Amino acid sequence: MAHDTTHAMPVETSTGLDTRKLAIWTFIGSECLFFATLISNYLVYKGKSLVGPLPHAESQCMLHGQMTTCEPIFEIPLVTFGTAVLLFSSFFVVMALNGAQRGNRKQLITWLSATVLGGMFFVGMQVYEFTHFYHKGLGFTTNLFGSTFYTLTGFHGTHVTVGVIWLATMLVLSIRGKVPPEKALNLELAALYWHFVDVVWIVIFPVVYLMR
Amino acid sequence: MAFRNSVLRRLRRWAPALCLSLAMLWLAGCAQIDYPQSTLHPKGDFAHLVDALFRTTLRWATVVFFLVEGALVYALFRFRGKPTDAEPEQTHGNAMLEVVWTVIPAVILVLIAIPTIKTIFKTASVPDDDPMVVEVIGHQWWWEFKYPEYNLVTANELHVPVGRTVDLKMTTGDVLHSFWTPQLAGKRDVFPGRENRLWFKAELAGDYPGQCAEFCGLQHGRMAFRVVAEEPAAFDAWRTGLAALAAAPSAPDTARADTSKAAAPAEDPLVAQGRQLFNTKGCLGCHALSAVGAPTMTGPNLAGIGDRTHIAAGWLPNTDENLARWLRDPQAVKVGVLMPKLGLNEDEIKALVAYLRSHRAVAATPSVAAVQ
Amino acid sequence: MATTAMGHAGTHAHAQKTGLWSWITTVDHKRIGILYGVTAFLFFLLGGLEALLLRWQLGAPDRTFLSPEVYNQLFTMHGTTMIFLGVMPLSAMFFNYFIPLQIGARDVAFPRLNAFSYWVFLFGGLLLNSSFLINAAPNAGWFGYANLTSTQYSPGLNVDFWIIGLQILGIASLAAAVNFFTTVVNLRAPGMKLMRMPMFVWMSFITQVLLLLAFPVITVALVLLMFDRQFGSHFFVPSGGGDPVLWQHLFWIFGHPEVYILILPAFGIVSEVLPVFSRKPLFGYAAMVFSGAFIAFLGFGVWSHHMFSTGMGPIADTVFSLATMLIAIPTGVKIFNWIGTVWGGSLQMKTPMYFALGFIAMFIIGGLSGVMHASPPADLQQTDSYFIVAHFHYVLFGGSIFALTAGAYYWFPKMSGRMLDETLGKIHFWLMFIGFNLTFAPMHILGLNGMPRRVYTYSAESGFTFWNQVETAGSLILGFSFLIFAWNLVRSLRRGPVAPADPWNGATLEWSIPSPPQEWNFAEEPRVDSRDAFWEMKRVRGGTMPEPPHVSGQGIHLPNPSYWPVVTALGILMFFVGLLLHVHVPTVLAGGALTLFSILSWAFEPTGH
Repeated sequence: MAHDTTHAMPVETSTGLDTRKLAIWTFIGSECLFFATLISNYLVYKGKSLVGPLPHAESQCMLHGQMTTCEPIFEIPLVTFGTAVLLFSSFFVVMALNGAQRGNRKQLITWLSATVLGGMFFVGMQVYEFTHFYHKGLGFTTNLFGSTFYTLTGFHGTHVTVGVIWLATMLVLSIRGKVPPEKALNLELAALYWHFVDVVWIVIFPVVYLMR
Repeated sequence: MAFRNSVLRRLRRWAPALCLSLAMLWLAGCAQIDYPQSTLHPKGDFAHLVDALFRTTLRWATVVFFLVEGALVYALFRFRGKPTDAEPEQTHGNAMLEVVWTVIPAVILVLIAIPTIKTIFKTASVPDDDPMVVEVIGHQWWWEFKYPEYNLVTANELHVPVGRTVDLKMTTGDVLHSFWTPQLAGKRDVFPGRENRLWFKAELAGDYPGQCAEFCGLQHGRMAFRVVAEEPAAFDAWRTGLAALAAAPSAPDTARADTSKAAAPAEDPLVAQGRQLFNTKGCLGCHALSAVGAPTMTGPNLAGIGDRTHIAAGWLPNTDENLARWLRDPQAVKVGVLMPKLGLNEDEIKALVAYLRSHRAVAATPSVAAVQ
Repeated sequence: MATTAMGHAGTHAHAQKTGLWSWITTVDHKRIGILYGVTAFLFFLLGGLEALLLRWQLGAPDRTFLSPEVYNQLFTMHGTTMIFLGVMPLSAMFFNYFIPLQIGARDVAFPRLNAFSYWVFLFGGLLLNSSFLINAAPNAGWFGYANLTSTQYSPGLNVDFWIIGLQILGIASLAAAVNFFTTVVNLRAPGMKLMRMPMFVWMSFITQVLLLLAFPVITVALVLLMFDRQFGSHFFVPSGGGDPVLWQHLFWIFGHPEVYILILPAFGIVSEVLPVFSRKPLFGYAAMVFSGAFIAFLGFGVWSHHMFSTGMGPIADTVFSLATMLIAIPTGVKIFNWIGTVWGGSLQMKTPMYFALGFIAMFIIGGLSGVMHASPPADLQQTDSYFIVAHFHYVLFGGSIFALTAGAYYWFPKMSGRMLDETLGKIHFWLMFIGFNLTFAPMHILGLNGMPRRVYTYSAESGFTFWNQVETAGSLILGFSFLIFAWNLVRSLRRGPVAPADPWNGATLEWSIPSPPQEWNFAEEPRVDSRDAFWEMKRVRGGTMPEPPHVSGQGIHLPNPSYWPVVTALGILMFFVGLLLHVHVPTVLAGGALTLFSILSWAFEPTGH
């Protein structure tokens, strides 16, 4: 999409806002409804699971073919750490963008690498978490909690993954010296998306992990 | 071109005549047809409430319709112009006028909203301390009715006494359905694992057709039922008769014992053969012939099936031929139902028909017929 | 990149103009508009054929022309086709062709994304209809109510085709909505302030907002349903604690705005046609804009009026009832303003005007029956009966289709450079008008007299026979009227009189350029000083404009054609076909990889400088 503006009337846009930036904002507006629906779905079915394991309470659940008592499944500290990393990566990408705009390639590459690493850490954390939950007896179809939890956080994780790919592409371009100041907007678009993904997580994290 | 212009001219000349004949067609259609399932001739209090509300709205709609369409048609003829005409006055709007035609519809809507809200609350809860509770369970594609008060179960024909409020507690055994007897009440959807309520009081005896109104799969179109409203005495006769049927013989042993006594009136041997077949051909695996406290089974409860006006869920008239058709090959009559082709021979079918048609809660002709 | 090179590259872009490949790789909004139009019209005829088969089946009681299974497939596909493959893309044809022209732009904001939207739409429509080939067309209704759609009650691929088809079409709609939203916000010609935009642009713009906010909801609902079916979750399956009512809420939170997605562009078209053929500006422009926006806003708060029969309780019934009635007010404002536009005008009774006036007349009826079932107790009798079928056909056929047809007659000269035949057009109108009313008016009677929807047959004792026969006869007339239309289109394309740039004395900018427009639309960027910009230009010049000259286009930069949109769309198709085949992992992965690869290639494709 990076090249895909019309050069039809190159003078300026009606609003003065860059068209690609406007498009990303529009897309983000639409995405809000996507996540709002997923979060609603999680809330509607909160506490409606017929069997365990449950997020915050002990429960009866099926494990290795027999009913046992399961502990609450969440491990808040790990996720909190992942959340912090994701939030910091939002700050990192701001620094990277600043570097791009000022033509400071070193700053750009350093902070952008940090952003990508932060994103990768978050995805890795989620993969670990999912595997761990699975071994504790929470499959996708085990109960409504499992289904709604994996769907909501899974879709968020997918968004993070897309963001990581996008930012990694930008990192490669930066290293090749293809993100000069006049093209900093290309990074800004990715950064906007990245901020959105973070903001969504700020909603999801308390709703899913903290709210009892 | 000339030819086509003349076509157009002819079309234009004929248009009024065409419209007139359409209007007459309309009137003819309205006047003569009898609709047993109509919402416009309510026979129950719930349906009356809805009908009154609908007529209020309809009156307003009619007034608005003629005013607005009238204005449009008037403008259409009055302001017709030629390309050579001078440019008409270029108006851009009229604030006063626009306020007026915002306010007037708002007022009309308030006048509709007030009776609407009143009716919402009137229809929301059962207006009776001692209603007759009926549990309704929708199945693909038939209806089951349970009377907890009398510990009775029946299917596809709901008998209710005239003048007593019926409180329906409804759910489904599979997918969504919607219970609708237009002459008695509005419709209400049924959901798995949830109880939905509807109530009505039949004001006049009659056989009221109803139909599932929520798409429920292959045979949604053939998921009908009847509500038979009877005078209280007739209703009591029906339910006691149905209860008594349960005591009547159905198992082969008792059957034999019964006939050997010879005290009972002499039974048609065909009926006896049919009873035998019903017990041996596996019918009982899916259908109960006792209405008392029967559990939900795969197929509809058949107790008193001889009384029913229709089979196959309220749409196929209950005649010897139709019942025979059904027994011969249910899939040919209503494809997709659970009942398989049983491979009965014609003699067996004849016997089963005789038996089922004789299985009646009330001795005489169905009470409905008497009432009508 | 957003560099501003104008330069010589243009000549290269103008080189290849004909042939199949040029259509496949086109990024010209006008060509894409035509692709949308042709494809959607063919799907529309298919949906109409399905309707005729349904009508034939209902032409007599207990008829066995169609089996129940085929009937259920056909009514599901009729609804789905008409909404997603007929009316929406027909509107998209006009969005594509005329939004840029009416705002004075050379193209949409993202030409390649625009091409992508079309290809995704095409592939989605083809995939959905390919289900007929294996006798597994969707059969659970266009609303797909749970739990009938669960694997237990719908084990076949039918429902999967529906889920996947709608998912793909949703991508097309969302991509297009982002594109048109940014186009309208950002690419208006100098002086084209928001409150100077043609009403069609306004209504289309509001439609894009509705698309952006409504489609994510159905996307999520379909994903959840797909998970239920493919992976065994229980979002809508009661045995695992799921709630089928949630599906209804999600579906109608999308579904009601969707109704306005179908009708608002029609409002816009009619608001263009009426002033031109009344030779008088639109009455109450500001009120028209705000009522449209208000309708759209309220459209998100009334979804539960589709669910009165579920038993939500008196409070919810009251709230949703009042909100629904409220919509009648802005809708009334629109109708009165249209009549106000006609009032005092000098009506030029050309074919587009016939259809626009027919639209008003029919839409009033649909609106009034809408108020009737805004009343929940009354709705308990009307919902899921033929009364509702009558209502929404008066709104969607009497409304949307009449208006879209008006738009087709109005804009055909601009799109093709040829005039449509007026006589055939008027015959088309009268047959359509009569056929339409014969088909759908009796449904009011049948519905009120107890005929439920979606039944494949009825018994003679129901009394439904007579009006059903009238309807079936009417539907044949209606179908025939579209054959005349198709013939008019084909014939006029080849032999119609050559259209001048401004055949109707148009008010908007598209009439200021040649018919059909040259690839770059405007040789010079137009300047706009008022509403009805082209009328104003003519007024300033005192009378008519000279026929605009064809220019060489030398030095006008245009985006290069690209095949990446269609390749990306193929990748998406492959991905979803993999999902359809019970999550065939290799296909899904290959599709995903192709999509990712082509998006990257797209991003790094030079655009000609």
